[in-house]
Amino acid sequence: MNPALNSGLNSAVNAGMAPVATPWFFYVLAGLAVVSGLLVITRRNAVHSALALIVTLLAVTGLYLMLYAPFVAAVQIFVYAGGIMLLFLFVIMLVNIERSSKDRQFNRMWPVGLAAACALLALFVSAFVKGKALFPDRMISLPESSNTQQIAGMLYGEAGRMGEYTFAFEIASLLLLVAILGAVIMTKKKI
Amino acid sequence: MTNAVFMVPITTFHYLVVAAALFVLGVIGVLTRRNVVIVLMSIELILNAVNLNLVAFSRMWGNLHGQVFSIFVTVDAAAEAAVGLGILIAFFRNKETINVDEIDLLKW
Repeated sequence: MNPALNSGLNSAVNAGMAPVATPWFFYVLAGLAVVSGLLVITRRNAVHSALALIVTLLAVTGLYLMLYAPFVAAVQIFVYAGGIMLLFLFVIMLVNIERSSKDRQFNRMWPVGLAAACALLALFVSAFVKGKALFPDRMISLPESSNTQQIAGMLYGEAGRMGEYTFAFEIASLLLLVAILGAVIMTKKKI
Repeated sequence: MTNAVFMVPITTFHYLVVAAALFVLGVIGVLTRRNVVIVLMSIELILNAVNLNLVAFSRMWGNLHGQVFSIFVTVDAAAEAAVGLGILIAFFRNKETINVDEIDLLKW
């Protein structure tokens, strides 16, 4: 490493800025997420789509780690890449995808849908171009080692008091119970 | 310098652009694909884009409310996937198809 780059790196670290290599990680992960997201919606075989979706989820997990959110990253891997994708692959195994992969892949109204999605993209682009100045440039480094503990304090409560989100957390568990019952009842042949 | 783009520090705005790209890809998948399984996967893509936005804003404001909310979004995604795939299996048992434009039992 040449001394000029080295001193630049050190001064960047000393000034509290991101290290030089960080943008590379971001661009690689973002490109991976978007390219495999494109593969999800274009593959003929549903299994290939599911595998591409797993790559997208892992790339987004890397972005969470860059955003100082280790607990959310772990939840993403456990729940999404572990649970939900397993469910998808089981269903792909149960239903007959042979016929579906030989069929037409896009419905008859696809130009309308594509036009609507492009209109949404134009809306995003115009909002981002006009509103870029509204977003402050600061990126705060959140404490990483106490992340899980703080999230637990907000969900479960700490020091004998209810947390801010304890009630919502209980409602979420009720939602999951209803979803389990619904899934079981709907997939039973005879109730 | 050739890699001047890569020297710009990454801000919230960069993450928002990635999330918007994933969101639009998911919307395209929902609106154009015929296979219900891939439509459900596109919905997961959309929910992931929302989660990425929430976590990026959480870092921008320096508190954890965005991260907690993204956990709730994940719970919702799991419930939605279970119920959606349950409906899909029940439907496949009745009509032997998983194409959205052949699901028209309620069409008069």
